[in-house]
Amino acid sequence: MSYRRTKRDRVLVVDDDASLAEMLTIVLEGEGLTAAVCRSGDRVMEVFADFKPDVVLLDLMLPGLDGMSVCRQIRSTSAVPIIMLTAKADTLDVVRGLEAGADDYITKPFKNTELVARVRARLRRTHQLAEPLVFGDIVLDPAGHTVTRKGEPLDLTPLEFDLLACLLGTPEQVFTRELLLERVWGYHHPGDTKLVNVHMTRLRSKIEDDAENPEVIRTVRGVGYQAINPSP
Amino acid sequence: MRGIARLWRRSIQTRVVTSTVLLSVLVISLTGWALLRDVASGLADSRRVAAISEARSGFEYAQAQLDASVETEPATQVQVLTQMVDSLTGTRAGRQTYELVLQGPLVDTGSAVPVRSSAAIAPGSLPDDLVEAVTTRSGTFWRYSELSVLGTSGEAPAVVVGSRLRSPGTGDTYAMYYLFTMAEQQNTLDLVRNALLLGGFAMVLMIAGVAWLVSRQVLNPVRLARRIAERYAGGAFEQRMHVSGEDDIGRLSTSFNQMAVSLQSQIRRLENLSRLQQRFVSDVSHELRTPLTTVQMASELLYDQRDRFDPQAARSAELLKHELDRFEGLLSDLLDLSRFDAGAARLELDTVDLAAVARQAARDPVLVRAGIRVRLVNTAAPAFVDADIRRVDRIVRNLLSNAAAYSGSPRLEIEVRQNESCVSLSVRDFGVGMSGDENLRVFDRFWRADPARSQGGTGLGLAIAREDATLHGGTLQAWGRSGEGSEFILTIPKGGGAAAPPAILSVFA
Repeated sequence: MSYRRTKRDRVLVVDDDASLAEMLTIVLEGEGLTAAVCRSGDRVMEVFADFKPDVVLLDLMLPGLDGMSVCRQIRSTSAVPIIMLTAKADTLDVVRGLEAGADDYITKPFKNTELVARVRARLRRTHQLAEPLVFGDIVLDPAGHTVTRKGEPLDLTPLEFDLLACLLGTPEQVFTRELLLERVWGYHHPGDTKLVNVHMTRLRSKIEDDAENPEVIRTVRGVGYQAINPSP
Repeated sequence: MRGIARLWRRSIQTRVVTSTVLLSVLVISLTGWALLRDVASGLADSRRVAAISEARSGFEYAQAQLDASVETEPATQVQVLTQMVDSLTGTRAGRQTYELVLQGPLVDTGSAVPVRSSAAIAPGSLPDDLVEAVTTRSGTFWRYSELSVLGTSGEAPAVVVGSRLRSPGTGDTYAMYYLFTMAEQQNTLDLVRNALLLGGFAMVLMIAGVAWLVSRQVLNPVRLARRIAERYAGGAFEQRMHVSGEDDIGRLSTSFNQMAVSLQSQIRRLENLSRLQQRFVSDVSHELRTPLTTVQMASELLYDQRDRFDPQAARSAELLKHELDRFEGLLSDLLDLSRFDAGAARLELDTVDLAAVARQAARDPVLVRAGIRVRLVNTAAPAFVDADIRRVDRIVRNLLSNAAAYSGSPRLEIEVRQNESCVSLSVRDFGVGMSGDENLRVFDRFWRADPARSQGGTGLGLAIAREDATLHGGTLQAWGRSGEGSEFILTIPKGGGAAAPPAILSVFA
């Protein structure tokens, strides 16, 4: 665990509801974080560039540019962790948000402790690698948080890096989705398979030759995933 | 045979054509028979009239011959008679339209009467009653008979005309018979009969054809209507019947189309209503959740700092937090139910091991808090089904919290069983149990077995659990007996099939 204690972590709250935004700020500041609020989707990139947040809390329902587009915009320039706030338990919305690049989501209404836990989990790096990890033609460098494949650097978000490090750290072990949620997302979120599924799909599209027939990370039907080392 | 019976039962056309043919055969036969009878009697009558007048002139000639002959010599008499017969039959020219028989002289002695005839007439060709009438009375008599000539085969109908002749010279009496053959008339009659038979047969065929055509003309629109009605039943309301003319069929088509339009508009209205309802639920969900989130966060903040408040404010903060939690639970349950009602609930299917779900359930904090011991039965072997793990978890959690809150049982049994088609998971308690009436009502919304023992739940948990089970094509059954405990059995079909008989039969069943 490597907390960055040098300065207060910064959270950008993107929400059009003034009361909720203020309440979020109160709770986050109470936890020793620095929070800034942006209330319109159009101005997010501006504020983002100024504030340089460590985590973004993003409401999906926004006036102006909608949440999905904001998410995509941020992701196009930065790997910063994004947590969606959604009033819709509607899974389609959640999946679309995750596919747009969000790392995690919270459904309204939520508990303060839950919110803080999620934000903290995204600020924390979960992998515990000391040495660079060589896995076939994939090389993970924990110091620089970089991954290369056949010498080419891969553009992974911190969450994808952690997910890959978790699986490759103990090859052959079968990780259930619950275990991955606990290790990578940092909390127990019973049965929220779509969170793992969406990120696994995206990770595979970056590291596998053919994401439809994965060779590095295999699916174990009814159980979870396991990493297979091609050259042990 | 069964095929014919089936055709008769199912096809109006077959019935119409068959009964038309049968009836027309009957009518044509009756008409033909009457016609034939009239023709036959007409032919016979005209033949008879002609025959009688011809015979009369013959009789007059013969009588004149006899009157003229004053010979008493029997030999000469015989010659005269023979000449007479010859000359009478000589006028027939080439056409043998009649035969002549002359009997006599008639004597009462009973000895054989000499007979002269123009051909070898078979005995019996002369009807006995005619012979008697002629021999006993004077005058001309006639009868119909069958003429058969010896040496030739077959009989021909004939009209026999007879009269008594007297020879004034000798005082002898003679019986003279003309046998007019009606073979020509018979031929005509045969011709007419054959024509009638052939014509009748052709007519029946044509009537059958006409019946088939007409019934088809009437039935085709009905069949079309049936096919379209079947499509309506299948949910395709775009079909319309082709309207032509203003007859009954045209009106049927018009009414049919009106019915379709009205059904379609009703369904559209209901669909719109359902869509509006879904939309409303979704909007309410969003609009309520955002302020609720703010209020809940604020109440939590206050609750966490209640130690610093005076006692009334601290208690208020506690009440605020508890009731907000309850409010949130109620809102989320209501929204879930309205999603079920609107048909908007969707499954996220995945392979789920119900045995693992049961093992996980045994460690549920609800049970730990309530101090309930759990015994797992048959949960070692995996029991896979395609299910939405979140919904399955929610069902099991609802069953557990229900048992913890209401059963008063110190222990629970969770059992998993499977058969070829489904997997069942049962949660059994040994508490207060349920009566038969309660078994039925336990899934009703807001229903509580004992209102006084309300434990702060929403009263919607089991209703939602049942909806979740139904959404999987499965079942959730409640069993119980007062004082002995109760048992809930969740059954989920393997491979998304229909609800199968549960793999677990309740001990209370």
